[in-house]
Formats: sequence, structure tokens, C-alpha cells
Amino acid sequence: METAIKVNNLNVFAGKSQILKNINCEIRKKRITVILGPSGCGKTTLLKCMNRLTDLYPELKVSGEILINEKNILDPGADIYKLRQSMGLLSQRPYPLPMTIYNNIAYALKLRGVRKKRELHKLVMDYLKQAALYDEVRNRLREPASRLSIGQQQRLCLARGLAVNPEIILADEPTSALDPISSRFIDEKFQELKKDYTIVVVTHVLRQARRIADNVIFMYLGEVIEQGPATEFFENPKQEKTKLYLEGMFN
Amino acid sequence: MKRSLKIEETVFRVLMILSTAFILLILGVIMYSVFEKGMKAISWEMLTSIPSGGYYYGKGGGILNAITGSMALAFGATILAFVIGLPVALYINVFLHGKKKLVNFIRFILDLIWGIPSIVYGAFGFTLMVLIGLQTSLLAGIVTVTLFILPIMIRSMDEILRTVPTGLMEAAYSLGSNKSELAFKIFTRQSVSGIITAVLLSFGRAIGDAASVLFTAGYTDNLPNSLMEPVATLPLSIFFQLASPVPEVQARAYASALVLTVIILIVSLFSRGLGKRYHKTKINF
Repeated sequence: METAIKVNNLNVFAGKSQILKNINCEIRKKRITVILGPSGCGKTTLLKCMNRLTDLYPELKVSGEILINEKNILDPGADIYKLRQSMGLLSQRPYPLPMTIYNNIAYALKLRGVRKKRELHKLVMDYLKQAALYDEVRNRLREPASRLSIGQQQRLCLARGLAVNPEIILADEPTSALDPISSRFIDEKFQELKKDYTIVVVTHVLRQARRIADNVIFMYLGEVIEQGPATEFFENPKQEKTKLYLEGMFN
Repeated sequence: MKRSLKIEETVFRVLMILSTAFILLILGVIMYSVFEKGMKAISWEMLTSIPSGGYYYGKGGGILNAITGSMALAFGATILAFVIGLPVALYINVFLHGKKKLVNFIRFILDLIWGIPSIVYGAFGFTLMVLIGLQTSLLAGIVTVTLFILPIMIRSMDEILRTVPTGLMEAAYSLGSNKSELAFKIFTRQSVSGIITAVLLSFGRAIGDAASVLFTAGYTDNLPNSLMEPVATLPLSIFFQLASPVPEVQARAYASALVLTVIILIVSLFSRGLGKRYHKTKINF
């Protein structure tokens, strides 16, 4: 199986406190990798390193290597705009852009270089359908996206994330703000999308991890404790801390 | 214990009611005197003609010179301050995002210059005029008032822009937006209502200030017809004409006060209404 992202000796400091301690891990292509761990263990920071959103926080000092297609994306010279377009991001709660439903997706498409009106229109419809949003919004495409329900907004964000034509989907607890039905939709959608995309999901919900994970990276206090295929991780954990976590001792 | 708490509560409630009533009373008295004297003075002729026989002694005519002058000056200064101020506010919030020390320092400086009395701006504008050989004129007035309202404009926009959630920033960056796109397409749209409020607030300050235009815009009986000539303004129309011994001239001062008050009232009601409207429906582009 091919590797999509390889993290080597990644360290992140915020001032004197170390958020990530010498992280080494691998994310496989076209699989769902779940980064699992209790709150505050550095899962989200690891995810944000992958598309350099850590740049937004100058107080974070990042060192090490993250290889994607054999290029180190932490290299200061890396093209971060292109990098970010190769990844779709789904955050904890949806942030629709302050424009219409239609333009939320059209904005992403324009950034990717789609200019022709007809093509733009066709692609917007395609992505709305992919996120199973088309039927609900086809008569209100010109309304502000903020009027959608939270579940619909998250699906719109998924459609928008797919519209930049990424290879990788990064999801940071994507269902934590959603109702059960919308959550199930997102989980099921990931199963479908993994045929074409590499998916990384951060979660602290054990049940969700069991449901969707192909591979698991288990983190605790800024360190990777254990990683490997999900079946092995859940059935036969090797580390003491993993066993404790799976038994619910940390919560 | 319980009883003393109750007394404390009552005392403070009475104090609050009293101070609110006191402020409302003062506001009421001011409004009453402006409207009482202004309404007597105001007439169609007052609003539509320029003073005849000189603004200090002439008994005829009205204050059209001051109304049009103030409008030209306030519009000019507000537009200029907007064109300079919006990019500055966006720069602070988008390009300098995360550089907390620097941003705090900039905000501190802006707050400091916000506090400088407008007469100092007037004096500064005057020095500047002498330096470049400009005479009292609409242009000099606009430049000075722009300097005066710029910190107000920038800081009030800044206060709105800093409420844009970091999550939205991350969402836009993760699509591959660059900083200018983030600033002009996302931040401005997200904050439209607040930006409009900031502009209207600055307009209110621009049109109501007397000291900054005293040396720079001058005063005249004529309508504004060139950037290089002096203009009359409503605040100075009050200042100069109220001091006159002639009752007809004083009436022009009261009329000016009324017009100025009404303009500012309309502007602030308008900005509140707009703010509410946009908040209810968010932005639709």
C-alpha cells in the first residue's frame, strides 16, 4: 500500500511548552486514517501541520519533516497555496463563506482556475449532488449560505472542500457539532469517498473511530503511542496506554 | 446579611436610575433648546439661500453656504478616510494576524491619536498648509478632517474585523486563498454592516467638528465651487453667527444648529437600522 503522507520527527513548540513530541507516522493512500486520542493531546495540531494552517499562529514553532509526494511541505519554500488546494478541510463546526450557497462552491472552483460560466455552473451542481445537498438547496442557490442548518452547512463545506479537487481530505472532528443523522451521513460519505481520496479524521469519539477507521494513530499528551491497522489496534493493542484508553480509563 | 444585601441592591438601583434620568434630562434640555430656537429660525428661505450682506452683519438670506460646504467637506473627508482606512484595518487583521505584540502596539497608537483634540489637528493642518503653500480651502479642510477621522474610522472597522472567527480564516486558507483574497473577499463581506456603521460614525464626526476646519477650511458666504477656495461649514456657522449682536444673524446660527443636529440624528439612526438589517439576514451577494 502506498504512503500519502509521511511525518518524520515532527516537533511543535508553543513558547516553552511542547505540543507535539517527535511524531513519526504514516498515512496510507485511499484509506481512512483516524487520529484518536483524548482532548488536548495534539491531534488537531498534527492535522493543521499537514496543510500548514499552523502558519497562522506565529507562536507555534514547527520543526521536522512532512513528506507528501516526496516533498517536504514544511520547507519554507513550499507552495502553500497549491498544497492547501491538494487537501480539503472539514472543521469542527462549519464555516460557510459570507456569500451565497452557489458562490461558496464557485469561489473554490475559481481558485482552482475554472473560469467558464457554463463549466462553473455544471461543476457547482455536481459537487452539490456529491454532498447530497442538491435536492435541498436547488431552489435557494442565491440565498446566503448562513441560512442553512448546521448539518447542511457542513455538507456544503464538504462540497466546497471537494471542489478544489484535492487528493487528501482532512477532517477535524467533523461531526462533533452535528445531529445524529447528519453525522451518519458524513461517516457514510467518507466510506464512499475513500475510493478516490486519502482521508484523515481527527476524533476523540471511540465509537466513531471503530466505525470508520482503516488505520489508527493513537496519541496521548503530544506523543504517538501506537499506530497501525484498525482491526489490530482495537482487537489486539500492544501498548499499555492504548489498552487503558480502549477500556475507557482516560475519560 | 440578607437584609444588608437587599439595602445595597436598592441603593445601587436608585443610583443607576437617578444617573440615567440625569443624563436623559440633560439631553432633553439640549434638544429642547436646539429645536425651540431652531424651529423659530428655520424657513424655506433659510435652507435655500446664502447670507446676503455678509454673514456677520447682513440680515437677509440663509445658511445654504454652510449646508453645502459641510456636506462637501464631510463627504470628501469620509471617502478619503475610507479609501485609506479600510486597507489599513484589513492589513492589521489579515496580514498581521497572530503578531499580537505589534498589533496591540498599533491599536494603542491609534487609540492615542483618536484622543488628540481636533484643534490640534486644525493647527497641524494649518502648519502643513503653510509648508506646501496651500490657502484656506475646501481641499485643506478635507485633508485635515480626514486626518482627524482616520483613527476613528480605522479603529471602528478594526473592532468589527477582529470578530471574524479564526475558523473562517482557516476555511478560506484551506481552499487556497491568498491574503488579499481573504481580506477583500471574505473579511469585508463578513463585516459589511460593521464597516458601514464605521463609515457613518466617521461621517458624523466629520460634519460636526468645528475646530479642525477653523484655520483650514475658512469661512465664506459663497457656495463651494472649487477645491481651492474656502468653504463655510455648519459648526463654524454657529460659532461665528451666534456671537453677532444682530438677532437675524443669531437666528442663522440656531438654524445651523438644528440642521446639524438633524443630519447627525439621521446618520446615526440610519447606521443603527442598517446594522440591524444586515445582522438579521446576513449578507447576500
